[in-house]
Amino acid sequence: MSVEVKRSDFLSATAPRWCPGCGCYGVLKGLTQTFADCGIPREKQVVISGIGCSARLPYYLDTYAMHTLHWRAPAVATGVKLTRPDLSVWIITGDGDALAIGGNHTLHFMRRNMDLKMLLLNNQIYGLTKGQLSPTSPTGMKTKTSPYGSADNPVHPIGLALSMGASFVARVGDKDPAMLDAVLGAAQAHRGAAFVEVLMNCITFHDGAFEAVRDKTSRAEKSLELVHGQPLCFGANGEFGLRERDGELQRVRIAESGRDRNDLLIHDAHAQDPAMALRISQLGFPDGPLALGVFRQIEAPVYGAA
Amino acid sequence: MKDTVKQNVVNETPQLDEVTIKFAGDSGDGIQLAGYQLARSAAMQGSYVKTRPDFPAEIRAPVGTLAGVSGLQVRTGKNRLYTAGEQLDVLVVLNPAALKVNRDELVENGILIANSDTFKGANLKKAGYENNPLEDGSLAGYRVFATRITTLTRGALKGLPLSRKEADRCKNFFALGLICWLFHRPLEPVQQWIEQKFAKASDLQQANLRALESGWNYGETSQSFATTYNMGLQKPTSDDAEPLTGNAATVLGLRHAAKSAGLRLFMGGYPITPATEILQQLKACTDEDVVVFQAEDEMAAVGAAIGASFAGALGVTATSGPGLALKGEFINLAVMTELPLIVINVQRGGPSTGLPTKTEQGDLLQALYGRNGESPLVVLAPQSPRDCYDIVREAAHIAIKYMTPVIVLSDLTLDSGTESWSLPEAQASAAERTLFAAEPDGFQPYARDPQTLARPWAIPGTPGLEHILGGLEKTDGAGTVSYDPANHEKMVHLRAEKIAGVAREIAPLQLLGDANGDTLIIGWGSTYGPIMEALQILEQRNISVAALCLRCLNPLPGDLSELLPAFQHILVLENNLGQLCRLLRAEYLVDARTVGKVTGLAFKASEIVDAVTASAGVPA
Repeated sequence: MSVEVKRSDFLSATAPRWCPGCGCYGVLKGLTQTFADCGIPREKQVVISGIGCSARLPYYLDTYAMHTLHWRAPAVATGVKLTRPDLSVWIITGDGDALAIGGNHTLHFMRRNMDLKMLLLNNQIYGLTKGQLSPTSPTGMKTKTSPYGSADNPVHPIGLALSMGASFVARVGDKDPAMLDAVLGAAQAHRGAAFVEVLMNCITFHDGAFEAVRDKTSRAEKSLELVHGQPLCFGANGEFGLRERDGELQRVRIAESGRDRNDLLIHDAHAQDPAMALRISQLGFPDGPLALGVFRQIEAPVYGAA
Repeated sequence: MKDTVKQNVVNETPQLDEVTIKFAGDSGDGIQLAGYQLARSAAMQGSYVKTRPDFPAEIRAPVGTLAGVSGLQVRTGKNRLYTAGEQLDVLVVLNPAALKVNRDELVENGILIANSDTFKGANLKKAGYENNPLEDGSLAGYRVFATRITTLTRGALKGLPLSRKEADRCKNFFALGLICWLFHRPLEPVQQWIEQKFAKASDLQQANLRALESGWNYGETSQSFATTYNMGLQKPTSDDAEPLTGNAATVLGLRHAAKSAGLRLFMGGYPITPATEILQQLKACTDEDVVVFQAEDEMAAVGAAIGASFAGALGVTATSGPGLALKGEFINLAVMTELPLIVINVQRGGPSTGLPTKTEQGDLLQALYGRNGESPLVVLAPQSPRDCYDIVREAAHIAIKYMTPVIVLSDLTLDSGTESWSLPEAQASAAERTLFAAEPDGFQPYARDPQTLARPWAIPGTPGLEHILGGLEKTDGAGTVSYDPANHEKMVHLRAEKIAGVAREIAPLQLLGDANGDTLIIGWGSTYGPIMEALQILEQRNISVAALCLRCLNPLPGDLSELLPAFQHILVLENNLGQLCRLLRAEYLVDARTVGKVTGLAFKASEIVDAVTASAGVPA
């Protein structure tokens, strides 16, 4: 059933209380835009969150919602969906919520493939407790609990999702409304577990973490937009590309190499084997490019579906 | 049971009012099954039945060892039974280890049937016997029937295409056939079960039927037994008087509770001894409106149940002590969001992993207080396997009416023990009850019902009632997040008052035994059985004692405060070190004393009698 709804219909009367400039504002806008675009009436949208800055998001929505426990949101969402398969159920979480205390639930969310949507707002820091080391904090990062630099290896959320067989896996930046809308819309339409990592700026405790891909001028060179069926190329004029040689991913300058675009890898989001998507997900700073968009979108049996 | 003369022909058939029989052997010997089938056969004859299992925590401890002994005690009789009995009239052992573990329970002159094929060599050694007890005269106080059960079973199955291992697995049915003959129990219910169970394996079906009948025929023709016992054929109380475990009764109660309320039943579970059976049985259930989710852990199991309740189902989770600890934070979320939730805790020995296959009542204070903050909820405790059915129905009624989590404190004694009773029919809701809020005008998620103080149940999908629940404190009425000091104090009190108000749902207390004495025994949950039996003994001895068995531990019954001061001596019986006793002393300022037992075993009636007679003011 599709109804005429406006983005503002999904906003509650409560004014958001994130820090001015927080990436959460963009996500709130993108999510409500997706809700309006898909035409599901607001009484049938259910948003479940855990604990953290990200988890406050449902308070600013005028849908059914529950602000639950530190990363137990997928459990509650599961009960809602199995009881009422007709409802659209979203999970809002953060890096500490989903990957530290709730790692186990995340793993099972990915492999179970229930028809739930998960939005992981990754800012690489614990914001609500004022700046401690997160499981996605890069090695060497100084925080209040790593004053001499973190010695830990960070978790790669996309790699985790792909290796656990998630059927929809995507990454977007918080400052790119067009891609955010496109990816969230695709997640909403996906039948099965949809996982979306949002690279979020924490303006207070970890400002500038993703500046290279947030900034419009550097974005073209530092990021690669994944489009199913299209070559993997990037740069202001699409002058760079990725190809595979001897089992290695190679970054090439198309013009200089003298090769045509047929030499480049073509993105296949529908591949059953997640291996190539996994390799692309490992690319990143400082050599770049960081891949954004939909890594994987496959049809798979949905848990609990008739 | 007394007869002394051993003769070669059956010439006597005394009538018995009751008998307690235990099957024991290796944990792979099919002991539980044989015992259960005896219980079924007796129940079909109209006998009252109580059983108590006794099994190791290991799936297969080394064969023949004391650690691997499994047993099932079956007490049957023509009058209502409250426990599975203290002493054994008959002990059937399939190996020496089973004898070693259980012989002290056998009454003097009791019947011992031993599989003599196993009483040799390594098996004797593994059980710690220097000499064969069947031959060295050490069992002189019993009527010993050394029977070559393995050999006889193999002989009976000759000609069937079975491996020796498969043939030997049938010896439990040989032993059962012999016992059925000895106590005039019909084979038909067992035969029907075998036919159904092995419908797709005709050789095994044949083998088990033959073993069963051979056991019976052996009794009839071997001339070893001088006497058989008539249990007094009673008319079946009902065709479906099945012996059910407490866990099975719990499952039936949950299904009927949801059906009566017109709700979908949602079980979020995670395997844990001894509650796993609840998850398994519900998973096997094909009711249309039952959804069962095996979660990744205890937290996810209860979290999913809470999500289901939010969405309008009857959310249930089942666990045991350590699992309850893990679920604590989520249960608190249900307290805060005021959603219906049933948490079944089948208690076992603690702390930590403790004694997974032994009974205890050590989780009362955990259920009441094991969460952060002021976290009131309802705690109920069933008294018998049968009462597990009633108590979950009451739990559902309270959870829905008061929008609250309810913890049901069962224990291993109840949930693995069986009791026979006629199964009730599920009643669909008589009238369409309007459980869910529907009117958007003036809707407030934390508005209160003036009588129960419950908030409305507004489920997703209902237009105009969109709202957010959560763990943060809410304003009364509007349900918005609030850090206001006065509001928090008001909400803490409101949540407490709401649960205190559940006392109006509790039936008036009934004093059991003799209310004119000055001694009162108080028990809760599974201690009911041994207390009832102790009262019978005390009455026979003209000792005046009253008893109360509490089914609702929070809130405590309103009339308790009037009853307690009438007694000079109050003894609180618990399978812990005095958790309820502490509560009663704090709540009512009475000089209650603890009689605790923490051996992993239920109270015996005789222990209660001893405790009472030892207490001051009671003439022995």
